[in-house]
Amino acid sequence: MEATANTGRMVDVEILRQDTENGQSRWEKFRVPYRHGMNVISILMEIQRNPVTADGKKTNPVTWDMNCLEEVCGACSMVINGRPQQSCSALVDKLTQPIRLEPMATFPVVRDLQVDRSRMFNALKKVKAWVPIDGTYDLGEGPRMPERKRQWAYELSKCMTCGVCMEACPNVSEGASFIGPAPLSQVRLFNTHPTGAMNKDERLAAIMGDGGVANCGNSQNCVAACPKGIPLTTSIAALNRATTVQMFKNFFGSDHMVD
Amino acid sequence: MSKDREFLWRRLHSLLGVIPVGLFLVFHLSLNFTAVGGEETYNNATGNMDLIPHALLLLMEWVIIYIPLMFHAFYGIYIAFTARHNVKRFSTFRNWMFALQRFTGIFLVIFVAWHIFQTRVQKAFGTDVDFNMIAEIVDNPWMLVFYIVGILSATFHLANGLWSFLVSWGITQSPSSQRVATFITMAFFIILSIIGVVAIVSFV
Repeated sequence: MEATANTGRMVDVEILRQDTENGQSRWEKFRVPYRHGMNVISILMEIQRNPVTADGKKTNPVTWDMNCLEEVCGACSMVINGRPQQSCSALVDKLTQPIRLEPMATFPVVRDLQVDRSRMFNALKKVKAWVPIDGTYDLGEGPRMPERKRQWAYELSKCMTCGVCMEACPNVSEGASFIGPAPLSQVRLFNTHPTGAMNKDERLAAIMGDGGVANCGNSQNCVAACPKGIPLTTSIAALNRATTVQMFKNFFGSDHMVD
Repeated sequence: MSKDREFLWRRLHSLLGVIPVGLFLVFHLSLNFTAVGGEETYNNATGNMDLIPHALLLLMEWVIIYIPLMFHAFYGIYIAFTARHNVKRFSTFRNWMFALQRFTGIFLVIFVAWHIFQTRVQKAFGTDVDFNMIAEIVDNPWMLVFYIVGILSATFHLANGLWSFLVSWGITQSPSSQRVATFITMAFFIILSIIGVVAIVSFV
């Protein structure tokens, strides 16, 4: 097949490797035969097939995470040439060489390019990023959502918890408690949902606690980095307004708990 | 400080930066500007402060300036040192503003501490704070540079801080309103900087 034919061209790759959690990291160079339409994942697969460095030394195959291969699952995120992004949609033809691959170090590195994104999932639990509908009897249909609002909310729902915004944010790090842009935007999404809004105050309370929305430093890197174009900074500013109102309600008292 | 109260501390930090610290800076630089009119005008303008009863002046200094300023400064140091700067990888305008806000903040802690030592503390020891005092300080060209950098850091930190204040309290929400706020706050930065720098240069 022409697409897999060896063109004779080679792709230079440099990978930041790490054998164990909290272990020492080191750069390793690879030269991989170029194929038409290659993405970063296919480079990694090639290295897995033939784990030999550019200077001919045998090494362990590189570890990375992947799943859907069509930029909707968020698992294969890594730092490619300094920018966090999905390795499945990072095409070799569009990257300058040598292609430098690093793990998203804002998360604990498990091994090589594989990171542990648990903090994002914990944050989603903390902010109750779901619509609670379970009860002891059939609650019936929820309130209708205006169509235009649904279309707008759909944009926020595109978040795939990939962690790119977390890596881009200067205030998110292992040492800081900030929950980061992605979980915050989910609060806005679920507070917009007509049934989800019935627990609006609980989500706002969650982001008014430790590491909440006030920890945002407005560098606005998240919105620049988000592969799904989610208006993260608008979400954060909207939550800033909502929490301001909630703060006054909490202090002065209000009989409007959720509306 | 309890981490559960972090939201309130951060909002307080944002508020105090504008009221009263920011307002005080505008007042302070405006008063300095009277130096453009010469030694006598400046001494008359600043001399008016002595008309306020001493005990009341001290109370006002602590309540309006020192306590809010110290909270803003010390909590700000904590905020500044929790950031991991990445302007090299993300060299957007806002990320630079984010970094500059923290750098100027740290510099201002040093500058303001030195400035208070050189003026207010000396006054407490009996030296008169007047035109001559400042003129002697900025007679040293290194001190003049230090003061100009200090003034520019302060005006930038306030102007950009106003922008963040508008976002942090949920006033500017849309990208377009945030863009307009950038232009307005940067114009404010330029105007206040001119006032501040022209004032300090007139002591030379």
